[in-house]
Amino acid sequence: MSDPLLQVKDLTRIFDVSKPWLNRVIERDEKQYLRAVDEVSFSINKGETFALVGESGSGKSTIAKMVVGLLAASGGEIVFDGQAINPADTKAMAAVRSRLQMIFQSPFASLNPRWKVKDIIAEPMVSFGLYGEGNARVKRVEELLELVGLSAADAAKFPHEFSGGQRQRIAIARALSSNPEFIVCDEPTSALDVSVQAQILNLMRDLQDELGLTYLFISHDLSVVRHMANRIGVLYLGALVENADAKELFLRPQHPYSKMLLDAVPDVEMTGRPRVELSGEIPNPITPPSGCPFHPRCSIMVDECKAKMPPSIETPIGEAKCFRPEFQL
Amino acid sequence: MSDPRTDKAPLLSVRDLTVQFPTRGGLLTAVDQVSFDLADGEVLGLVGESGAGKSMTGSAIIGLIEPPGRIGGGTIHLRGDRIDNLSPAEMRRVRGRKVGMVFQDPLTSLNPLFTIAEQLIETIQTHLGVSKKEARERAVALLDEVGIPAASRRIDDYPHQFSGGMRQRVVIALALAAEPDLVIADEPTTALDVSVQAQIIDVLKRLCSERNASVILITHDMGVIAETADRVAVLYAGRLAEIGPVRDVIQNAKHPYTEGLMGSIPSIKGTESRLVQIPGAMPRLTNIPTGCAFNPRCPKVFDRCEKERPALLREGQSEVACWLYDEERKEAVT
Repeated sequence: MSDPLLQVKDLTRIFDVSKPWLNRVIERDEKQYLRAVDEVSFSINKGETFALVGESGSGKSTIAKMVVGLLAASGGEIVFDGQAINPADTKAMAAVRSRLQMIFQSPFASLNPRWKVKDIIAEPMVSFGLYGEGNARVKRVEELLELVGLSAADAAKFPHEFSGGQRQRIAIARALSSNPEFIVCDEPTSALDVSVQAQILNLMRDLQDELGLTYLFISHDLSVVRHMANRIGVLYLGALVENADAKELFLRPQHPYSKMLLDAVPDVEMTGRPRVELSGEIPNPITPPSGCPFHPRCSIMVDECKAKMPPSIETPIGEAKCFRPEFQL
Repeated sequence: MSDPRTDKAPLLSVRDLTVQFPTRGGLLTAVDQVSFDLADGEVLGLVGESGAGKSMTGSAIIGLIEPPGRIGGGTIHLRGDRIDNLSPAEMRRVRGRKVGMVFQDPLTSLNPLFTIAEQLIETIQTHLGVSKKEARERAVALLDEVGIPAASRRIDDYPHQFSGGMRQRVVIALALAAEPDLVIADEPTTALDVSVQAQIIDVLKRLCSERNASVILITHDMGVIAETADRVAVLYAGRLAEIGPVRDVIQNAKHPYTEGLMGSIPSIKGTESRLVQIPGAMPRLTNIPTGCAFNPRCPKVFDRCEKERPALLREGQSEVACWLYDEERKEAVT
């Protein structure tokens, strides 16, 4: 169980956010770049769920898109089962695409409203040429619908006939139709109500057990992540500041940002735990702070933090990019 | 704790509030006979899933229901004065002055063409009738209070020059500008990141308690409610399912729907492998089951639930719309 299915090494993505050429000439502006993802490394073992958490603008979705090959990386590499993911290499990508699938955030935007459910679910089979004859595909669609908790009769309906939770089930059935091993879930439940979210999370866990799936799970909701993940990566302004075992991270976070994020989660249990006063917001990613991106908001910042980005060091629960991680204090 | 209704008149009293929309398929009831009281300085959480009628209840109180929707029945009293049948001109004097509002998306509740100063000064002058100079001083003081750094300088900025969290602080300042008795906050933190959410909730809580203003906090996030509210009202399909002190509702839910809702929230230190799930989904408003609206999904359903709509029954410090808490039923079981 410990051979990595996906390895991401020093993954970087830079976006050019410059003004148009003429404006730059007239206003004497420099070109501007945004480092959306900055040297992120992690690996995911087979059958495991790795979660990426972070606030908006931290680079979660950019990583998801690069992992499935929807977006080219500016630097670093992604290796899926020995095969490099590179959207430019179309031949190599064709071989690996059916093994990687994605579930998107909004089931209202990700399903074509003019297609019947059976066509939506069969589309990956059609494009990968799976389940050859028509009849086998129809049967497979029915099987998939039942697998995700809908009924075979739903195949003839259109997406608008379903509620948000049911649509997300259809999106899951579509992702499963090419028999993938690895699914990237980008905020799969954040558009849903809590009671529906519980149904979808339970379904995803059941499917993982049944089909031996590996998930890259992206969310901003720490309690959802806590429920789903084996390991968690915490992103801040494009940098992976901590990567640790899920249970341990919640018990003893090592990076001050992970600590702050955990502190900010509202306390449903009403334990009356004391709360550290939070301060500041995520800085503008076009002009990030020098050194460690978190230093302006950090309560234990030292001069070194302003000068350079801390290297990744081993902690008792994983890795963290910090000069003063919790266990050394 | 004393029953707020036996004390002097509550700040806000909502009785059998019904909001209806005429549609081609017939009359659609978005809020169905909802009643509650709100005492001075109290924070009431209104929770429920999408379509439960939370926002509609808030809009009805502040008189902002968009036609063709209308209040189809019931009364709303603010400090003993009836406010649900006021003319638009009279309602405008209540809105802002007596009831402030904080909406979900700060970008849409601020006018992008005016500076923060212009918007705040206009509000303060309209409601309090002070000079422009004094209004500006008050505006700066307010921005300072909601935690905007360098308020005297930033007041002349436009909304787009602020970040999301800062904009929501401005909206809170705007809602509190005329010193209202009641603030209705409709999903004030839903558009924000968790670390910013915590700050905004703190600001809202602190300022309202300093001014002894009551708050109706509308949200789908039980965590926010647990940290902020004194009492909670749980809505389901436009009806009140349960209302009671926050601790009772969250830790000892009585209505089977509330129980399911609480169980479906993943816990931050949970050890459970599966979440409790309520089967099915909330009914469409065009197709609400007879009897209790929750009966087709309820694990504890019995025959009366399908026939008769449950009344709000007192149970401990809560009120619950569930036949399980009917005296006859309880006697029969024991």
